[in-house]
Amino acid sequence: MSTLRTEEMTLNMGPQHPSTHGVLRFVVRADGEVMREAIPDVGYLHRSIEKIAEKVGYRGFMPYTDRVDYVCAMFTNQGWGMVCEKLAGIEVPKRGEYCRVIAAEFNRIASHLLSVGAMAMDIGAMTPFAHVIREREMINDLIEELCGARLTFNYMRIGGVAWDLPPGWREKALKYLDHFDPILEEYNALISWNKIYIERLANVGVITPADAINYNLVGPNLRACGIKWDIRKDIPYSVYPEFEFEVPVGNGQWGKLGDSMDRYVVRIREMAESSKILRQALEKIPPGAVLAKVVRNFKPPAGECQIRVESGRGDMGWYLVSDGTGYPWRVHVRTGSFAAMGIIQKLSAGLMIADLVTLIASLDVIAPEIDR
Amino acid sequence: MEALQILERVKNRFGDRVLEISEKKPDPFAVIDPNAIVEVGRFMNEDPELAMDCLSNESGVDYKDRVEVVYHLFSYQHRHGAVLKVKLPRDNPSVATLEGVWKSANWMEREIFDLLGVNFEGHSDMRRILMPEDWIGHPLRKDFVEPPEYHGISTVRESPIVRLDTKKK
Repeated sequence: MSTLRTEEMTLNMGPQHPSTHGVLRFVVRADGEVMREAIPDVGYLHRSIEKIAEKVGYRGFMPYTDRVDYVCAMFTNQGWGMVCEKLAGIEVPKRGEYCRVIAAEFNRIASHLLSVGAMAMDIGAMTPFAHVIREREMINDLIEELCGARLTFNYMRIGGVAWDLPPGWREKALKYLDHFDPILEEYNALISWNKIYIERLANVGVITPADAINYNLVGPNLRACGIKWDIRKDIPYSVYPEFEFEVPVGNGQWGKLGDSMDRYVVRIREMAESSKILRQALEKIPPGAVLAKVVRNFKPPAGECQIRVESGRGDMGWYLVSDGTGYPWRVHVRTGSFAAMGIIQKLSAGLMIADLVTLIASLDVIAPEIDR
Repeated sequence: MEALQILERVKNRFGDRVLEISEKKPDPFAVIDPNAIVEVGRFMNEDPELAMDCLSNESGVDYKDRVEVVYHLFSYQHRHGAVLKVKLPRDNPSVATLEGVWKSANWMEREIFDLLGVNFEGHSDMRRILMPEDWIGHPLRKDFVEPPEYHGISTVRESPIVRLDTKKK
């Protein structure tokens, strides 16, 4: 019998593929079902946000930061606020910082919920997605009460936050957390420890710790490789040093260290930690003002600085250059998804096409954050 | 190590190829000779005292007389960071790639090439990343003028508010 002739195919995946979380495109070179290489093609959601910053001024840019990463808009708000405050030397009132932490941690839970739910859906389990969306809606309701928006929050300002917690909000938030903690267990019982699910995720897309650092992976993707690193703990900002929480890391319990299951489980555990932070913050929140006095025509001194925020997708770096006028000279956002996309081409070699979907979902990339 | 100590250490090793050390708060930085950037990067990566294992951020800035590429380095091992810069001429700026030292430079350098037109010599994949492949010009340059249309799609949209204003006049 003569040997079977095989041929390499070039396939196009995206940009409107349902599993690409926005608009991403991959050019896949495959031999049968096994990929030789998947080349990411990004830029479909490029809205030139960094250029807009140069045109709209410091205060006017705050609503645009929501659009950098609309799933984690609190963190982009906070990043922009913090970089301006650092350059101008503004101190945020204590209650303002607490409001920031509370809003941001609720946002982190909402973001991780969407991530783990979408991951299950990408693999083929529809039900968990409905469950997480139900929980996320309740967080959205809480945040809507706080700032009037459900997605693009525009809650923070340079020097603090726009509004104090509304009356009765604190009790509602605590009530939600009482509801949420058992729900997380229920969700785990529903999907996380399902044998089929684990087998789809374990040993897929293994990232070594050295590669993770070299490719500048951040946040949950880095921690899943066993590196205990969280900006909230290691380069503390805001009032995070006042709270007790753990930094979950991957341990390779289900397969190799740094596989997709590790990344998934790190996110699940982080939600529980966020819930802990929220309970402490809601308990300890001091009275006082929420917004520092900042001149209306905000002009930081000429200079430059960089800050790093731990967003839902990890360490987000904001770099600002000011020339002393009312408009930033240059703003650059280095986001977690951008770095995570850079490693896909390397990881994809030898993977099945169906596992590419798992890989993208487990890295939790969000298209607007890559393209900005 | 503090950022300034790190930059002093680099200065001691490379002498006059470190052109300038700015102590300005909040983030001090060193300006490096563009021809030496790979050597400096490799030294900072491999030196056990510095161990800069991560290129955390790389961005470009267009000043009206020059283009700068800014490197934010970070060490997970020692938990310290430093900022390096290279100053390049505005016409055909070009500098060697740091992809060989830190893999994360690959995509960030493509972004700088795309938006600011800096060419990175020796880069494995120097293509546009965010803008369409047939785009003309580099949008983050200060003298960039937005074209009126792209493939027949107008980039200008009439605003009803503006039209009302002109009628009043």
